[in-house]
Amino acid sequence: MSAFWIAVIGSSALAFAIKFIGASVPETYLSNPRILRINTLIPVALLSALIAVNTFANKTQLTLDNRALGMAAAVVLLIAKAPFPVVVLGAAVTSALAYRYI
Amino acid sequence: MSVKRDSFSVSITVGAYGSAFGAAAVAADFSVLQACLLSLLLFSGASQFAVVGVIAAGGTPINAIATSTLLGTRNGLYGLRLAPILKLRGLKRVVAAQITIDESTGVALAQNNESDMRKGFWYTGFGVYIFWNLFTLAGALGAQAIGNPSAWGLDAAVPAAFLGLLWPRLSDRKSWVLAGFAIVLALTLTPFVPTGIPIISCTLLAVIIGWRK
Repeated sequence: MSAFWIAVIGSSALAFAIKFIGASVPETYLSNPRILRINTLIPVALLSALIAVNTFANKTQLTLDNRALGMAAAVVLLIAKAPFPVVVLGAAVTSALAYRYI
Repeated sequence: MSVKRDSFSVSITVGAYGSAFGAAAVAADFSVLQACLLSLLLFSGASQFAVVGVIAAGGTPINAIATSTLLGTRNGLYGLRLAPILKLRGLKRVVAAQITIDESTGVALAQNNESDMRKGFWYTGFGVYIFWNLFTLAGALGAQAIGNPSAWGLDAAVPAAFLGLLWPRLSDRKSWVLAGFAIVLALTLTPFVPTGIPIISCTLLAVIIGWRK
């Protein structure tokens, strides 16, 4: 089985397992404030790391390329309170232009 | 009435975002079928982008699964919070679990009484599910038609999508500090450890920063 299929099936199965367990166990479990705090911070840590790696890395090499300009555009659009699809599109267009002309 | 309107507007806006996911998945060499299956089965935006992002960066499938699963833990806690309100049993519990995501939970918890909360959850959950999957297919087919992803900026669409998901979570100083440390740690580790490890290592930062009040 290819890496892609393993990733698709494995992540889907575990995602559902977590959702189902959450809907099934009594609320008294896991309502410890420390666990709740860490749980809200985990997405912040992982998303930040994903942004960094997907912008500035190529496999195990650090790079500075058209993607960085795309991300700069995304930051500007988010500060200007643009809606999500506009942010993604703005980043893509900027990155594509940079790829073509730089 | 306003529950329906809220649910619909959230569904269409968030659903449209599915086209970015479909395009990003295909740009990362997933097939159209695999992109659609992720939206149908995994159905949690950040986790789906994580699977694609880790694989696109050259990470192993185990790493992709681990990152995506850690991002999905919050859905379990949403379920914990919603289950007593939704009064779930049998097949209804299975269906509710699958559509327990940021948006269905958000709209539900924004309502004033339990009846509206239930409506908000089901309308938004189904609404996002339908639009997200339709737009995923459209985005995947679109990306398949256009060829070189860099020429169309699709390589920047993935991190931009992550940034769009991160932005609303940067609500206090603690989360900004954590985001800064995570970016530095991930980039520092990148040249020295296998791809994917720098990302998952940042979970540790969340534990350290979340440990104290």
